Amino acid sequence: MFPIVESREIAKNVFFQKIQAPRIAKKRKAGQFLIIRKGEGGERIPLTIVDSDPIGGTVTIIYQVVGKSTAELSKMKAGEELQDVVGPLGLATHIENFGTVVCVCGGIGTAPLLPIATSIKNAGNKLVSIIGARNKELLILEDEMKAISDELIVTTDDGSYAKKGFVTTALQEMIDAKVKIDLVIAIGPVPMMRAVSEVTRPHGLKTMVSLNPIMVDATGMCGACRVTVGGEVKFVCVDGPEFDGHLVDFKELTMRNRAYLREEKVAMEKYEHKDGKCMGGSN
Amino acid sequence: MAEITTKPRPKPFSIPRQPMPEQPPSVRVNNFNEVPYGFTADLAVLEAQRCIQCKNPACVKGCPVSVQIPEFIDLVAKGKFAEAAKKIKETNALPAVCGRVCPQEEQCEAPCVLGKKGEPVAIGRLERFVADYERVTGNVEIPKPGTPTGKKVAIVGGGPAGLTVAGDLIQFGHDVTIFEALHKAGGVLMYGIPEFRLPKDIVQAEIEYIQKCGAKLECDVVIGKTITVDELLEEEGFDAVFIGTGAGLPYFMNIPGENLIGVYSANEYLTRANLMKAYDFPTSDTPLSKVNNVAVVGGGNVAMDAARTAKRMGAENVYVIYRRSKKEMPARIEEIHHAEEEGIDFRLLNNPLQFIGNEDGWVTEVECEKMELGEPDASGRRRPVPIKGSEYKLPIDVVIMSIGNGANPLVPATTPGLDTNKWGNILADQETGKTSKKGVFAGGDIVIGAATVILAMGAGRKAAAAMNDYLLTGNW
Repeated sequence: MFPIVESREIAKNVFFQKIQAPRIAKKRKAGQFLIIRKGEGGERIPLTIVDSDPIGGTVTIIYQVVGKSTAELSKMKAGEELQDVVGPLGLATHIENFGTVVCVCGGIGTAPLLPIATSIKNAGNKLVSIIGARNKELLILEDEMKAISDELIVTTDDGSYAKKGFVTTALQEMIDAKVKIDLVIAIGPVPMMRAVSEVTRPHGLKTMVSLNPIMVDATGMCGACRVTVGGEVKFVCVDGPEFDGHLVDFKELTMRNRAYLREEKVAMEKYEHKDGKCMGGSN
Repeated sequence: MAEITTKPRPKPFSIPRQPMPEQPPSVRVNNFNEVPYGFTADLAVLEAQRCIQCKNPACVKGCPVSVQIPEFIDLVAKGKFAEAAKKIKETNALPAVCGRVCPQEEQCEAPCVLGKKGEPVAIGRLERFVADYERVTGNVEIPKPGTPTGKKVAIVGGGPAGLTVAGDLIQFGHDVTIFEALHKAGGVLMYGIPEFRLPKDIVQAEIEYIQKCGAKLECDVVIGKTITVDELLEEEGFDAVFIGTGAGLPYFMNIPGENLIGVYSANEYLTRANLMKAYDFPTSDTPLSKVNNVAVVGGGNVAMDAARTAKRMGAENVYVIYRRSKKEMPARIEEIHHAEEEGIDFRLLNNPLQFIGNEDGWVTEVECEKMELGEPDASGRRRPVPIKGSEYKLPIDVVIMSIGNGANPLVPATTPGLDTNKWGNILADQETGKTSKKGVFAGGDIVIGAATVILAMGAGRKAAAAMNDYLLTGNW
């Protein structure tokens, strides 16, 4: 069993939880993820490890409530135990001194990008971070990103905070201003990662994205997470989660992620009905 | 089930092989309950009386774990069911599993003398009866573990090979820990073989038996990720490691449309249905789409399991698309027979060329071509050759690719000094399970490629003996 030691809502429907999982905490590197299963009958859900404390033996997750399983997880308080936590899974981010690295985060994507950006900074890179959200309410980890970045640009789609517009607009402006960029790392919703890759493609700017497809076992056994990268089929759980954004077939990924929309709705409706109130899941 | 008094034995050759009662096909396609009910005590005794107790029993030689078959059958014939169970467990820690999923017709029952003129003794059904009798009556005897040796062994993978090694090494007095990547041990017994063929509470009971014998079980540990083999040996104080991680990397055909929604690997489809209990959605959280037309590609036992699962998930039409003829199908005859009874539509000598989808990315059709058998190929089976102009399309909603599994690279890739062949299987001595790395043994599907539960158990049995030698002598 894996006890939750800290649990709180850090933005609307976005939750921060710290879990006691010493073996994972000791091993984990930036870019890796874990699988959580709340209890009997529960789904196995993949979530990026945002932070870990090898001495205290804890790992941190930050996630948005999007369906029944995340809704249930978000209700768990410090002291409660998760039945299963597995990890660290996937390959760690390749970190070296590239020069200038731009980390582009969309919405909840700031959470998985924070540890990568931290490692990038620690490796001696100049770190420029662009973080964006639909509105001020959904913006997360601004202070944390500010603390590690040489430069931080914040955007909101509706202009309710900081610069109005998309993260891609801010990135395009940097490119137009002839800022020297050696690597772009983008994490966020699929349309956002696709858009970032399209902005950088004409300039041949190497762009890494981190994918979060549907998974079951997450050890390479089922192939649910397969994605086409440069014409080759890859399993995100063992070959990823990071890939060259210019090679990823985002159209296919978007479609595959919609495989269980109907079932997710059924599960959520049943859960809300049982719970007697609306949880306000986002899809 | 009470032990019954036996009547004087009739002449063995006068008794026909006893059929095992089972759910009628029209009923069972609507539930996930086990298909056969198993022998009653009366039927078991009658069947056991058919055994002529050969002095030189060929059946035992046919069993990869050398179950003392005539001895246990004699005990059944005398109504001593509990003793019969004990006799089997001397060499087989998982009799309830083996009695259900072993291909007895190719192993113990194949050389049975009775089979020369008539039908062999139903050894598998008797094994199953005895194991069930012991479990249901609650008389499972836990053997005392061997005198502690002070040696620690890590077993990587809680499937049939690993569980067998664990059972044996406990008896030799070693301290055994099984590391399982999933949230439940059992490997293919738990995620792959369906409930209606191998009920999960039976698998769970067999795992708990091995735990009660003294083996420790740690789930949610992915060796190669959470801990490496080197760390087990160097930091966690294990004296030897057995790798039995199975064949867990699904093959696809690399034909167009394989990434459309609705195209699954058999591993995914069966894991969702069995391990994650998708048939119980939304009571359990993991879904599996309910559809009418399902195509299963492949002709092995896994294909039969997938097809029969799809039928029970509510599909009206389930096709098995296989490029050779029925004769070449690797599935057990019994499984093919059960599938036929359940209305599975066999499209033999058919090969998928591509999957076609709609604008939302859902698969809607499979294009197949018809085949004919040509000259024998490297496998000795006649090579299927396409018939020109025979292409046709079949409307489908789900495809389940059951064309085999390769070796999962997680352990070999993170274990320096552990040699593999070009397919990624770990190189291990057939008789001892010894690998290229000192203290590390391997067996089962990760060594020989996707095979059967009992072959994995046989490899586990041999490896356990060799590991015991190594642990006691230190000689590699």
